[in-house]
Amino acid sequence: MKRLFAAAAMSALLAGGVAATETTLLNVSYDPTRELWRDINANFTRLYEKQTGIKVTIKQSHGGSSTQARAVIDGLDADVVTLASYLDDDAISKTGLMRADWIDRFPNRSLPYTSTVVFVVRKGNPKGITDWPDLVKPGVEVITPNPKTSGNGYLSFFAAWGSVIVRGGSRQDAIDFVTRLYKQVPVLDSGARGATTTFVQKRIGDVHLAWENEAHLEVREAKGDLEIVNPPISILAEPHVAVVDENVDRRKTREIAEAYLTYTYSDEAQEIFARHFYRPNNEAVLKKYLGTVFGDIQRFPITAIARDFPDAHKQFIGEGGVFDTIYKPKGQ
Amino acid sequence: MAGVNRQVLPGFSLTLGYTLFYLGILVLLPIAACFIKAASLSFDQFWGAVWTERARAAYLLTFGAAFVAAIANLLLGLLLAWVLVRYSFPGKKLVDSLVDLPLALPTAVAGLVYAGLYVENGWLGQYLVPLGIQGAYSRLGIVLVLIFVGLPFVVRTVQPILEDLDPELEEASASLGATRLQTFRDVILPTLYPALITGFALAFSRGVGEYGSVVFISGNMPYKTEIAPILIVARLEEFAYGEATAIAVVLLVISFSMLLLINLLERRSMRHER
Amino acid sequence: MSADGPSVGHRATAPGSIRQAQQDPAWVRWGLISIAITVVVILVVIPVINIFVSALSEGFGVYCDNLFADSDTRDSIMLTLTVVPIALVANLIFGLAAAWAIARFEFPGRTLLTALIDLPFSVSPVVAGLMFVLIFGLQGYLGPFLRRDGYAVMPYLTSLPAVVVFIVTFFLLQPRREKERRGPWKHPKLALLAGSAFVFGLFCFGQQYFEVWPRNQSLKIIFATPGLVLATAFVTFPFVARELIPVMEAVGPDEELAAVSLGANGWQMFWTVTVPNIRWGLVYGIILCNARAVGEFGAVYVVSGHIAGQTDTMPLRIEKLFQEYNLPGSFAVASVLTLLAIFTLIAKIKLERKVPSADDHPAMRNAPEAGK
Repeated sequence: MKRLFAAAAMSALLAGGVAATETTLLNVSYDPTRELWRDINANFTRLYEKQTGIKVTIKQSHGGSSTQARAVIDGLDADVVTLASYLDDDAISKTGLMRADWIDRFPNRSLPYTSTVVFVVRKGNPKGITDWPDLVKPGVEVITPNPKTSGNGYLSFFAAWGSVIVRGGSRQDAIDFVTRLYKQVPVLDSGARGATTTFVQKRIGDVHLAWENEAHLEVREAKGDLEIVNPPISILAEPHVAVVDENVDRRKTREIAEAYLTYTYSDEAQEIFARHFYRPNNEAVLKKYLGTVFGDIQRFPITAIARDFPDAHKQFIGEGGVFDTIYKPKGQ
Repeated sequence: MAGVNRQVLPGFSLTLGYTLFYLGILVLLPIAACFIKAASLSFDQFWGAVWTERARAAYLLTFGAAFVAAIANLLLGLLLAWVLVRYSFPGKKLVDSLVDLPLALPTAVAGLVYAGLYVENGWLGQYLVPLGIQGAYSRLGIVLVLIFVGLPFVVRTVQPILEDLDPELEEASASLGATRLQTFRDVILPTLYPALITGFALAFSRGVGEYGSVVFISGNMPYKTEIAPILIVARLEEFAYGEATAIAVVLLVISFSMLLLINLLERRSMRHER
Repeated sequence: MSADGPSVGHRATAPGSIRQAQQDPAWVRWGLISIAITVVVILVVIPVINIFVSALSEGFGVYCDNLFADSDTRDSIMLTLTVVPIALVANLIFGLAAAWAIARFEFPGRTLLTALIDLPFSVSPVVAGLMFVLIFGLQGYLGPFLRRDGYAVMPYLTSLPAVVVFIVTFFLLQPRREKERRGPWKHPKLALLAGSAFVFGLFCFGQQYFEVWPRNQSLKIIFATPGLVLATAFVTFPFVARELIPVMEAVGPDEELAAVSLGANGWQMFWTVTVPNIRWGLVYGIILCNARAVGEFGAVYVVSGHIAGQTDTMPLRIEKLFQEYNLPGSFAVASVLTLLAIFTLIAKIKLERKVPSADDHPAMRNAPEAGK
């Protein structure tokens, strides 16, 4: 209450005595995008106030992507969601909180940025890992989180699966590949960050499958002990953005929420994405960083291996899916 | 005990009423919600969710590890409580205060730190791993971290009893010619049974429900080091609330029956004592 | 209770012989002490040192910055300091009531009740959080109503404490002796029922008449502070009760019976006999409950909504910093929790010094008129 009052007083002061309208937006996002959205929010609020005189405070919420989606489904007052996967947005939309056409409201299927899965290896790449088949060479230990409990986990699984299918392998080839791959995973951490700690601090494993932006953070944190290897082919990660219709209509924030997400497509915001190691939607901005920050990776969409993300998750990861057969003890 | 008390001592209906009210609102109602949700599944769905081979392996590990850790805590807790109450030594206050730390540390931190200590390049792992003792990403790791989170319980339930123990008992026992060990076994230990059992029950049930610390140290390999709560999380990731609560209900029912059993034991041990 | 243990308290008989009877041989003593210390060092000290080393790995300046420069971290500390005391007091009152009912009276279903009190412990924290989501969530049983017109429940909710106050006052004012009971105390059941209904009705109607609460506003339980309190109270539910029951049983009802027979009313008996007798159990219970409440992660993770600076408690903040690749920052907050725990313990030790140790205990045993 006190803080609200203070904020109100402050905004009144800033507006130079004119009673400024004050609005808050809640952006529900996934780990670890806090720094990214903080930069974007700072720029957006400044711009928006200049253009309209309305002062916006953007609150952020971060957590595991599907945990966040469940929170929104269960009543967290999100104005916009910027989650890691279509799977999560789709789950929200199915409850009626977002209209079914949410994906077509913003350019490029509501994707202001994309990402992919790359390899992180130890300094000098001692095991000579350059492509997916290298991961199943004898003696190579792979670190990747549990696909059942982690978004990064299932995305890595899809990437591994697709690396076989897209190159013309059969379903059986793909099953054999992922089976061999996960036999070489010594630890299935429950989340992406846990897997990073296992790989970096505990020095377990030879290669870590990670989102491109997290790989950069990881390499930076390790101060020269690690390097990134870009596989020739990997999955197209699609973190959609969306306005939660039901909430913005009730809170009367639709206009600002839409302006906010539209802003993410501006050149300024696109630069910010790139600086945080996410691949921007804008070709010109992307080109500037291609080759230096972003490796040349052929990224296949989820439709190359399944109908869509929910379908892929059900087939491969869900109860009774391909992943479950990998660990089944033999002879039973 | 005293049916008579009810007439003499005040407050029976007030305290019992409030106890039931608070218990009902805060505990029974939410648990009922859990059961109702699980009941929304058909029997086949329910059975398919809770009784797969993998789930059985996970239940076994969860209850087994919690049991082993609780037994270890029983012994360690008795020892610690005894030492803290009976002896004086430099740094005693410090040791006394450190006993509660496992509760205050968020369990995830405990799991992270433990895993870091027992891996091959960790502070303790560098000595243990060459000996073949894998303290991280193994069942041993799960037990270790459960001992850690359950440590305060037995100590803190036994300590007050031990402090209030009437010294005359021991004196009498000694004057009747009992050795110290006999006195301990036949005089002191029986008075501690209820507290020990309470402590065991607390440590055990804490171990069954523990999630945050275990996921960091267990390695989560299906059939080997995968605990039951992680199955719940996995089902939640699929937005399958019903199946997730079904597994939760199974865990609840098993641990509740065990708690009931332990409490019956406690009652019996007290009756025996009187 | 300090170094010398309970032997201090007993002066009536020759202290020498008791001391001897309680004395273990030196080798046993030191053997046990060293084992105990080793256990504590391996299980607790080394991990804690590890936390502080990680927290300070980038220097003390960065450590302080991590703690005080970040407003989200400051807010999380404030939130924890709000949520924990509320949950603690609620569980304390419950613990006292439950321990009194269970330890002093025989009634059918007592064992079942004790087991039920333990139950929240074995509920995985994730599930504990999930249960509240199932009730208060938008897809849950009460969620849609709370969203539509949540404040409509407030008159009823706030009237409940008023009824409780009425009942307690009724018993407090009730004359000790049967003969002196007149008026409403002559038919206590009838009076209580009618009185409660009247108080409840009056409060409810009053609040609705004066429109104390806003209409058609959504009342946030989960993803807000009330949800955090509920989840925390749930996971720490058993601590005080479970700590008190064995202590109360060990002390026995004799002194209380004596106090009552000498004319003390319930309130006097409670404060002058019961509380001093169970104070160690009480202190340990509060400490355990507090420690667990401060460190709770799993259940609050589910009901928090993770809004930075608003619904992040300290453990959630630790996790968030960890997720953001700020390892020293996350261990810095963890070290604060550790320090908080140590301070609680120091407070306990101070308390022990202030209250004269076991002396008054046997004294009271000989002189139950203390209960007057």
